[in-house]
Amino acid sequence: MAEVKLLGAWGSPFSRRVEMALKLKGVEYEYIEEDLGNKSPLLLKYNPIHKKVPVLLHNGKPIAESLVILEYIDETWKTNPILPEDPYDKAMARFWAKFLDDTCMPAIWQIMWSKENQREKAMEEAIQHLKTLENELKDKRFFGGETIGLVDIVANFIGFWLGAFQEASGMELVNKERFPVLCRWIDEYVNCSVVKQNLPPRDKLIAFLQSRFSASSWKY
Amino acid sequence: MAAGEQVTLLDSWASSFGMRVRIALAEKGVKYEYIEQDLWNKSGLLLQMNPVHKKIPVLVHNGKPVCESLVIVQYIDEVWKDKAPLLPSDPYQRAQSRFWADFVDRKIYEHGRMILTTKVEDQEAAAKKDFIDTLKLMEGELGDKPYFGGETLGYVDVALLPYCCWFYTYENILNFSLEADCPKLNAYCKRCLQKESVSKSLEDPKKIYDFALMLRKKLGVE
Repeated sequence: MAEVKLLGAWGSPFSRRVEMALKLKGVEYEYIEEDLGNKSPLLLKYNPIHKKVPVLLHNGKPIAESLVILEYIDETWKTNPILPEDPYDKAMARFWAKFLDDTCMPAIWQIMWSKENQREKAMEEAIQHLKTLENELKDKRFFGGETIGLVDIVANFIGFWLGAFQEASGMELVNKERFPVLCRWIDEYVNCSVVKQNLPPRDKLIAFLQSRFSASSWKY
Repeated sequence: MAAGEQVTLLDSWASSFGMRVRIALAEKGVKYEYIEQDLWNKSGLLLQMNPVHKKIPVLVHNGKPVCESLVIVQYIDEVWKDKAPLLPSDPYQRAQSRFWADFVDRKIYEHGRMILTTKVEDQEAAAKKDFIDTLKLMEGELGDKPYFGGETLGYVDVALLPYCCWFYTYENILNFSLEADCPKLNAYCKRCLQKESVSKSLEDPKKIYDFALMLRKKLGVE
């Protein structure tokens, strides 16, 4: 029986974050694909509260919520740390990870699902937040410095999914003119080997998103 | 506190997020300067220390700001690590603590915000049931332990306890009784309030209710 199992979904950035961290640390794991439209008894058993992926199982004990899982992985497998040692630097990493999930991501979703007359306002808000993020990146190679860290892993939806959304929907939020620094990071990021191995196939993702956009109701 | 150490907290008296930081600092015996913020007229200091969100609480430690209440609490736990540890040492237990603190943030905070910003007549029976179910989930997690942290106050307790002084407000708006519907949680709040670090960090529930009514009038829902 595998010591480490991951309940995930191929297209989920949250699920892929966990895979990235596990691969970065050389942790062997068994991957179990979940059908989110038809949740398995295993998923409902191991994440009864939220019933979502990803769920990490370590020696049979479940952990849910991607940010919680990432910190657990970093504390359990010490190779290639994704969080800094210094408490202040660690606090900064946690702050930006939270900013990405609680502020950036909802703002980007808002553009996707807002009505025509509210789309411009939603765009402006998302642009403002991405500029804040870009300002934090400045001239660092990655948010984590010379190597990818927690914030880079959490920013995977900006690094990859956003591009797929843009292509699937025709919406253009991030481009080189508007976000030169962020685009430079995106290029480095997707070419980074541990990242490259942990992205869903782009065409498959775009096709999936297109079919969801054309259907009138979609719950992520 | 070490010589030359400067700890300042930018906060607002009624904030449940600010109260978390106050409890954590009190548990660790950290001396700090408290600076009350006017959230309708934000100070230059607040805007400088939290330019991204412009919100409280902000902990300023030797001139360097830390924002977001749970990020601050973890920071406090790591810096002042020799006294009253808030997170357990075992990684799995730590993960469970983080999960439940995140749950408090998402569910209890969201419910509370909805209750506060909705007219009494628009408060739905379903929302009330959801809120009580959420509180019952917390009761289940507490079990027979004195604290969520076990024998001593921990991270989840710090995340949740500020709501103890807000429950009176929710009870009045939503028309329910914590004692009747969630007796275990009610007993837990009473028990924790006997600790000085908690009682000195929380506010009088009636003062909070007056404040909530004032806010509701401002929002046009009262």
